[in-house]
Amino acid sequence: MKNQSVIANIDWITILIYITLVIMGWMNIYSASLPLEETYILDTSQIYGRQLLFILLAIPIILIILNINAKIFEKFSVIFYIIGILLLLGLFVFGTSVKGQTNWYKIGGFGFQPSEIVKISCSLLLAKYLSDAQINLKVRKFQYIAIGIIMVPVGLILLQPDAGSAMIFLALIFVLNRDGLPSWYLWTGVTAIAVFLLALFVKPVFLVSFILVFMIIHFILNSKISRNPIIYVLLFILITGFTLSVDYVYENVLEPHQKDRIDVLFNDNVDMKNEGYNLNQSMITIGSGGLYGKGYLEGTQTKGNFVPEQHTDYIFTTVGEEWGFVGSFVVIALFVTLILRIIKLAENQKTKFSRVYGYCVATILFTHFFVNITMLIKLFPTIGVPLPFFSYGGSSLWSFTVLLFVFIKLDANKVNEW
Amino acid sequence: MKKILLPAIVIISAIIILIRLFYLQIIDDSLKIKSDNNAIKIAYDFPERGYIYDRNSKLLVANQPSYDIMVIPREIKELDTVELCQLLKIDTDYFKKKIEKAIVYSPRLPSVFLPQLTKLEYAAFQEKIRKFKGFYIQKRFLRDYQIDYAPNVFGYIKQVNEAQINKNPYYKSGDLIGVQGVEQEYEEILRGVKGVKYFQKDRFNRIIGSYKDGKYDTIPIQGRDLTLTIDAELQKYGEELMINKRGGIVAIEPKTGEILALISAPSYDPALLVGKDRSKNYTMLYYDSIAKPLYDRSLLAEYPPGSPFKILTGLIGLQEEVIDENTGFICRHGFSYGRGAFMKCHDSGTSILHNGIYNSCNTYFANVFKRTIDKYKDPSYSVDNWNRHLQSFGLGNYLGYDLPIGRKGRIPSSSLYEKFYPNGGWRSNTIISNSIGQGEIDVTPMQLANMMAAVANEGYYYTPHIVKKIKNFEIDKKFTTRHQTSVDKQYFKPVIEGLYDVYNIGTARTLKVEGLAICGKTGTAENFMKIGGKRTQLQDHSIFVAFAPKDNPKIAIAVLVENGYWGNRWAGPIATLMIEKYIRGEISRIDLEQKMLKGSLQSEYAKYVSGKPFSINH
Repeated sequence: MKNQSVIANIDWITILIYITLVIMGWMNIYSASLPLEETYILDTSQIYGRQLLFILLAIPIILIILNINAKIFEKFSVIFYIIGILLLLGLFVFGTSVKGQTNWYKIGGFGFQPSEIVKISCSLLLAKYLSDAQINLKVRKFQYIAIGIIMVPVGLILLQPDAGSAMIFLALIFVLNRDGLPSWYLWTGVTAIAVFLLALFVKPVFLVSFILVFMIIHFILNSKISRNPIIYVLLFILITGFTLSVDYVYENVLEPHQKDRIDVLFNDNVDMKNEGYNLNQSMITIGSGGLYGKGYLEGTQTKGNFVPEQHTDYIFTTVGEEWGFVGSFVVIALFVTLILRIIKLAENQKTKFSRVYGYCVATILFTHFFVNITMLIKLFPTIGVPLPFFSYGGSSLWSFTVLLFVFIKLDANKVNEW
Repeated sequence: MKKILLPAIVIISAIIILIRLFYLQIIDDSLKIKSDNNAIKIAYDFPERGYIYDRNSKLLVANQPSYDIMVIPREIKELDTVELCQLLKIDTDYFKKKIEKAIVYSPRLPSVFLPQLTKLEYAAFQEKIRKFKGFYIQKRFLRDYQIDYAPNVFGYIKQVNEAQINKNPYYKSGDLIGVQGVEQEYEEILRGVKGVKYFQKDRFNRIIGSYKDGKYDTIPIQGRDLTLTIDAELQKYGEELMINKRGGIVAIEPKTGEILALISAPSYDPALLVGKDRSKNYTMLYYDSIAKPLYDRSLLAEYPPGSPFKILTGLIGLQEEVIDENTGFICRHGFSYGRGAFMKCHDSGTSILHNGIYNSCNTYFANVFKRTIDKYKDPSYSVDNWNRHLQSFGLGNYLGYDLPIGRKGRIPSSSLYEKFYPNGGWRSNTIISNSIGQGEIDVTPMQLANMMAAVANEGYYYTPHIVKKIKNFEIDKKFTTRHQTSVDKQYFKPVIEGLYDVYNIGTARTLKVEGLAICGKTGTAENFMKIGGKRTQLQDHSIFVAFAPKDNPKIAIAVLVENGYWGNRWAGPIATLMIEKYIRGEISRIDLEQKMLKGSLQSEYAKYVSGKPFSINH
């Protein structure tokens, strides 16, 4: 009876949302890249024509994934992972530099970003590793290996350097957290980011004093549980050191463009013609949409190309301008529904491999969605990550498609698992 | 707990994003405005201003294209200031000043950077305009005057100021607006409506097409042409006669109320207020506080009219039936109206209305006025009755003509005298000066001319007006509505006969034109000026009112020559020359014409500002 009822067990809700997002994405790419002169839809010299081609080519990819043996993904996960790492390493030799980042392979007219493939292979290996019954994330050794699986690509990607993609991988810590990694890993990371950002616009003296007060209260309230004053003192010294180093890191470690991205977030007096231009235009474009938007293909900001690279990372601005709050709401609702659906399906998996993989998919999609949209509306620093299924690009669309449909296949196949 | 962490974060994030989007898209309006400023460019297309013709379809005012360099401060980029300044022949101070001013007005709206370039300058700049981002050229139309006179009739056009922009949203910085004269009065008709085009811009500020396929675009509506009632030849002749004199002339066609000539001296070439030197020339005219060329004496000068007012004193006497045309009064070189109070008169013997008028006998009209006021017991009632008659001739109030400036003049009513004499006790003798146009009476040349039109018409007038026709448009109905005087038609005959003999045997007999029946009246007006803080009497103003021909009058005229002494000396000759010119088209009295054209009162005017003592009226 193996593989007999895969089609019948496919989660059509997920597929329907996927199709909707891809179609909406293409419509917005069409609007954002519509040239002044007359063209036809399938003109592959145009951005929207190529994207349509990419969408059509995704269909055979989907069919292949749904029809091969689901066990392959688990069996060959180590090989996939190694291939991925080799591709990342190969970038240092064969990679093409775009805007100072060596993260692309250019083959003929096409280019692809290996980090997108590594997202899939890393998820697969993580799922494979955690599915082993002997692995317990309460144990230090296993913790290090699991984190290592994530950190190897993070390290290689940071060397490109591509902070955006690295960030997506770091978010996989949620998966480990779900599977028993002690919470303090996650909270330490979150606290470090929070302290770093706070330190940029609160004077270190105030921040350190605040932390001291917080820790003293924590110490007193925790009196019942065993407490070690030395640990508290060490922790305090560590946090104070970290706080004081923020300025140094900001001034000396961060690249000028990275500093700009933080500046535009916190500082209102940035030059709207230079470093503040993208964010300012992005906000204007979204904000001018109003409740119902300016109408499809009627966006003046979009037509005037005020947002650079609008068809890639800034595609959501077209939604905001032409479809308004109503359209934006629909797109956000679709993403949230998709992510929650995947989490729900993941929790219902019979094998741990499927469940962990599903969790990885949800985490990756969510991180992309969150970082991409919040950077457009001045809630998060500008980090160049695409909006899944929406943003222009073949390797991006295909890798998200593979990422998602591997899970759909695993989910549909759960009836065959015993 | 760990299971719900990710779903919880997903949902909370989505809510935060939606709140933020709600704020940006629905609550915060500033982004929509920024988007419009970003992406929409407004271009104006100014229509040609309407042409102005005279009553004989002679073109008086046409247009010439002019090119303003406009600047949008926000769009200035990588500017070579030195090159720009050299190209436009301006200094960097001017550049800085203009840019700062433009930023104050608005960083994103266009302001005029350098107005009114000639075609040549325009062509030179046009070649290099690509280098100067933020600057562009706006074509407008300036006036092109075909004649060098009548500036007070036309007014002029200038750039709107901030107050006008705030008052009327039609106007944007750099737009032109009519000021004074028909340019102001008929601004909306002459102006037309500018066309607006909305363009979609891209991020490099390039126009990439029309906005919404031109859904909001409008095409310019041409300004309409005006035909004035002015006779250009007469206007020109009048101004020539007034050279080196100061004063005002108003000529009206009695049958219609059309203003044939509206002259204020000294005059100037209307072309002075066009083009680059407009502001400089305007300042020059404005600060000429002695000759006051911008002060339109034909509409604004208010003086006691003197003798011409006797016409009305006589008419009211007849209407009130306190005299008839044969009532006689004895004059012994004056009229005694109280102990030691005596009104002098050059006349003597017995006067009836007819010779009272042509001899301008003060005594006769003092008696008529006394009888008019004494007709009723209550002098207040009588004065107000008298006032009502005068108002019906258009005195004491704005006439309602179609020019933007004017004065009410002054006709006293009982309330004035009740204020002067709060305890009563005033009577006809107290206010007797009014009988001969002195006392508390002030009129403008326009009112005098209109009064003469009413006399010429024997009892009615049309509101004087300066626009005869507007292309495809009706002129105001009030200009074709007859105003009846309160004096009946039959009483005008004897008065007109008297005015006719002013020419034949009276005070203006030297001004007779062979074969032309002119009815007129001389006048002098005392006037004063503050010199060194002291009220000083200046030489009398010379006044003359007339209409002609006696039967079927074609022109009514009032002439005021400042400090010209008696009426016959300057105003009379000028008035009759204009009448002759208008009716005959040529002048028979060459010597008189030459005397008037060449005559000058400049030495008289110079006396008053010399700072030295001077004598008058001799």
